[in-house]
Amino acid sequence: MTHLHDEKTKFLEEKAIEIRKSIIEALVEAKSGHTAGPLGMTDIFTAFYFHILKQDPKNPTWEDRDRVVLSNGHICPVLYATMAHAGYFPVEELKTLRKFGSRLQGHPHREYLPMLETSSGPLGQGLSQAVGMALVDRLDRGQNTNRTVYCFLGDGELNEGQVWEAAMLAGKEKLHNLVAIVDRNNIQIDGYTENVMPLEPLALKWASFGWHVLEIDGHNMAAIVDAVDAARAIFEKPSVIIAHTTPGKGVEMFENDYKWHGNPPNKEQGENALAELRTLGGQIDSEHQ
Amino acid sequence: MTPLNPKLFDTDVEQAPIRAGFGEGLVLAGRADDRVVAMCCDLTESTKMDAFAKEFPKRFFEMGIMEQSSISVASGMAAMGKVPFVSSYAMFSPGRSWEQIRTTVCYNDRPVKIVGSHAGISVGPDGGTHQAIEDIAITRVLPNMTVIAPCDSIEARKATLAMAKTNSPTYIRLAREKTPIVTTEETPFEIGKAQEFFRTESPKVGIIACGGLVYNALVAAKELQAEGVNTVVLNIATIKPLDRDAVIALAKECNAIVSVEEHQVAGGLGSAIAEVLAVEHPTKMAFIGVHDKFGQSGTPTELIEHYGMGISHIKEAVKKLL
Repeated sequence: MTHLHDEKTKFLEEKAIEIRKSIIEALVEAKSGHTAGPLGMTDIFTAFYFHILKQDPKNPTWEDRDRVVLSNGHICPVLYATMAHAGYFPVEELKTLRKFGSRLQGHPHREYLPMLETSSGPLGQGLSQAVGMALVDRLDRGQNTNRTVYCFLGDGELNEGQVWEAAMLAGKEKLHNLVAIVDRNNIQIDGYTENVMPLEPLALKWASFGWHVLEIDGHNMAAIVDAVDAARAIFEKPSVIIAHTTPGKGVEMFENDYKWHGNPPNKEQGENALAELRTLGGQIDSEHQ
Repeated sequence: MTPLNPKLFDTDVEQAPIRAGFGEGLVLAGRADDRVVAMCCDLTESTKMDAFAKEFPKRFFEMGIMEQSSISVASGMAAMGKVPFVSSYAMFSPGRSWEQIRTTVCYNDRPVKIVGSHAGISVGPDGGTHQAIEDIAITRVLPNMTVIAPCDSIEARKATLAMAKTNSPTYIRLAREKTPIVTTEETPFEIGKAQEFFRTESPKVGIIACGGLVYNALVAAKELQAEGVNTVVLNIATIKPLDRDAVIALAKECNAIVSVEEHQVAGGLGSAIAEVLAVEHPTKMAFIGVHDKFGQSGTPTELIEHYGMGISHIKEAVKKLL
């Protein structure tokens, strides 16, 4: 993967705005679903699907592809919107989100949308599946495998014991072909993570399970790309990228308020949000420049 | 007639643990197909995965005491083209790992093979905490799932080989203690097919059994024959998909059915049979199994008798239906 040049950075930031628009439109149309997490993870998903991932939207079963496991399935609006914009299926289909007969189920279901690596929603189960994929990747291709298994997790999700079972196994097996990305947005349904069930010191927790830990600003394209490069360069252990994100990123009304974890904007709120999207159309430069 | 062990009704009938047949079958499956991998939750010897681990060390994964994560790890392995067998005690997997099985195995429709050893009340002295008598119910309720409860170690070996060849999520239920060898190498086995193991002329009651209690059902049928009561014994190793045709045919022939299983009566083999017959051919039934109780410590025989699954209980149930 190449380092980002300015033009590509700008392209990714503009793409992220398009994807945020699609997310808001889909949620307004769906009248239910999660707002904060998808908007908070849009920059990261954009960086992955438009720069980082080894994949081919026209050949989703390509054996050499990187594998993506979305463990916190409830943020699927960002997965769907990013995949649609990347060419996996028509952007228009996003309007069917959560509707009867749609391939875009409220939580991802690979029987309906086979280009997904797995179904998800019930929290805590994704990292184990990613560990299984990474174990087989190493069994079949050896230490020099050029595939990477990426697993996206929420921070509230880390309350689940199964995540730490999987983390322990990945540490034991020294799975360098596995990279976990934690959306550290500090909110979950009942409130702020440190009030609901404290996670800190989070980096030390992962490190003590045998993981290489990176911490980044999850809205800085260059930082996202560099962190994944650094993670892939580690050969002795699995890596986790703790991405500090702003839930609801891009719309002031949604930002940092846990009430937007599990609610969609109504029509009026959606229109306001679309008008407000801060870097709309790339007219305003990224805050991180 | 289905070929069965000629010493079946002798007092010195050979005995072997059903789980041992699984261990042999897994090695054979591993030799036949290098996609077969195995994972165990710190019970490698007692769930009889040790022979596979020894012969295929790279394809065996020690998971530690992590029944929940192990199921999802297996799902990830299956997503990469493997046929993973995951073993633990049935109480913990599928017991503890049920939602992982539901979401990451069955909802994903991945060919993960879940091996629940030490199932049933006959695990004995360990007591009620370790006696899985709900596992058939919680697995057969899941879409896409196949559920198999072999009657002896030979059938367990054949079932293991057969399930390694399918693309379906599958649960196989094994018992710890030695039980009589009922079948022979020649006895046919096919997933989804019932086998008639005993028949006397003009039968009045059909006995349908699974697992180690098939032996008790056969002895009961033999003794009933001597008392002038004619029955048929059907071995149903595959509880799901159920051999509906065989069940309906037997009900039409006998008009009375006794189900026999080492499991809660709610949700098990008997319930599966009743669901079919209630619609297709309403039939009087009796259910041999555990009636809404937890188990306790004791010898297998003491427990089977105490909870009403002995030979005398089966005979009594048959006679009541006459």
